[in-house]
Amino acid sequence: MATTITRTPQPKPRALQVLLEPYLYVSPTLLLLGLTLFVPVLIGIYYSFIHFVVYEPLNHGFAGLENYIKAFNDPIFWLSLRNTVVWTFSSLVFQLLFGLGLALLLVTPFPGQKLYQALVFLPWAVPAFLSGLTWSWLFNPVIGPLAHWAAALGLLPNADNILADPSIALIGPIIANIWFGIPFFAITLLATLTAIPKEMYEAADMDGASSWQQFRFITLPYIAPTIVITALLRTVWIANFSDLIWVMTGGGPADATQITSSYIFTVAYNKLDYGYAAAISVILLMLLILYAVIMLRLRSRLEVTT
Amino acid sequence: MKRKPLWLGARAVALTGYLVFALFPLYWIVKIALTPNKSLYSEALLPFPTSVTFDNFTNVFANTPFPTYFMNSVIVSLSTAFFATILASLTAAAFSRYEFRFKNTIAFILLLTQFFPLVIVLVPLFRVLVGIGLVDNLWGLIVVYTAINTPFATFLMKSFFDAIPRELDEAAMIDGCTRIQALWRVILPLTLPGVAATLGFVFTGAWSELLFSLMLINSESQKTFAVGLLSFIQKGAVNWGQMMAASTIALIPVILFFGFIQRYLIRGLTAGAVKG
Repeated sequence: MATTITRTPQPKPRALQVLLEPYLYVSPTLLLLGLTLFVPVLIGIYYSFIHFVVYEPLNHGFAGLENYIKAFNDPIFWLSLRNTVVWTFSSLVFQLLFGLGLALLLVTPFPGQKLYQALVFLPWAVPAFLSGLTWSWLFNPVIGPLAHWAAALGLLPNADNILADPSIALIGPIIANIWFGIPFFAITLLATLTAIPKEMYEAADMDGASSWQQFRFITLPYIAPTIVITALLRTVWIANFSDLIWVMTGGGPADATQITSSYIFTVAYNKLDYGYAAAISVILLMLLILYAVIMLRLRSRLEVTT
Repeated sequence: MKRKPLWLGARAVALTGYLVFALFPLYWIVKIALTPNKSLYSEALLPFPTSVTFDNFTNVFANTPFPTYFMNSVIVSLSTAFFATILASLTAAAFSRYEFRFKNTIAFILLLTQFFPLVIVLVPLFRVLVGIGLVDNLWGLIVVYTAINTPFATFLMKSFFDAIPRELDEAAMIDGCTRIQALWRVILPLTLPGVAATLGFVFTGAWSELLFSLMLINSESQKTFAVGLLSFIQKGAVNWGQMMAASTIALIPVILFFGFIQRYLIRGLTAGAVKG
């Protein structure tokens, strides 16, 4: 609620200084972001229209839509878009479901909970490159147990490395991503869950509501807005998050696990085709903006109706 | 609430399941790091090594470039945390304590940086840094990481500034402080836990970064831990024990910082943590 604050008049307000102060505070940040992020984005958009391959220094110049047409005709680019959708949504759904499960388990206190939380949230703190390496070692039948277990359970025909099989390799980074992302959802949802007034459950208990009914009619409506917002933000974040893929498969075997952002990195870092990498980046940026706009529209419509 | 024993049992099983899933991969790394090389393959699938050795760790320290990588990562992450927290504190103070034109626009710009694909600036930044001689240089990384982490750190610091009642500013000014003095002498000291948490989050984010580090660093002497570990693996001569030992060492700083920022996790994550 807005409260009226009576401001004490300052002795001799030095008008200009007071006016400039906030700008003084924000300008270093804006300057840094401008020079290291926004100007490079503009340069990147410019690169997308030139032929710019590092080992073809003589063939360097304005190329019109060449790079964009190349993307349109590049099957790996289309595959990477499909993979981005698969990667993003399967990671997100499982992170969210398991995260919600963990949050629900943690909402009623138990002895040793502090230590338990410190341990169970630990994957969040593990750097992505280490998570990626760790999981690729676990999938490697030479050194890790997972392939052997999967074969024993009949999930795999032989104890082979799933990261080496183009048809299922993407599952590897997705599992690593789920492992890494559960704590994020558990922590944010736990915060929301603990904010639900206890009286609501007590009243529901007295009215004889079952646990499921309590979850369905009290808990879920209460946490739904948090779920929607965090899920929307995470979608964009996960779509951009290629470290795990880069470390675990390098986008392979045979580009089968490229998501668009790892493919951009491959094109720039391995193939040294800066123009093409820039063009795909611009396309990815456009698609993400489109997604964000649609989601914001949907959200504002939701807010109107509820 | 009365709960049936069956329910309690199921809950205990589920809690155990989560814990095993969370810790098993990390346990496996440490396990292999501690297994002697000669029994590595014969015992690869045993849950416990039959004998334990620290040889891999001493080897990593004595015979590999990992100590250099480790120090580089420490320098980069600490410097990034330092600079990003200063910039973020200034910006957050402005957001929390002042009304000014374009405030919302600037906040929106900061938010935007959290969501656009950073790969788009990878090549242009590389070229710019080549131009000013900051490529293959830890300072180049520090500048880039500071830029990447400052927006998120700003939102985090703002939440700490916002938690301090404005009446305190006013009281300080009645006591004769100027606006600036009130802010930096009275309010900032109260946000010190927030400053510490922000340092911790940014450190963790910088320690984890991989792609810029791959793109911007080439020479052995400047490699960060992430790049060093990957290049070590790509060299082909796979020494499992040493790699796992190196990984275990890389985990130590983040675990320390994680313990330290535990209390602020919720705030950090809702401020849109860099690292997710």
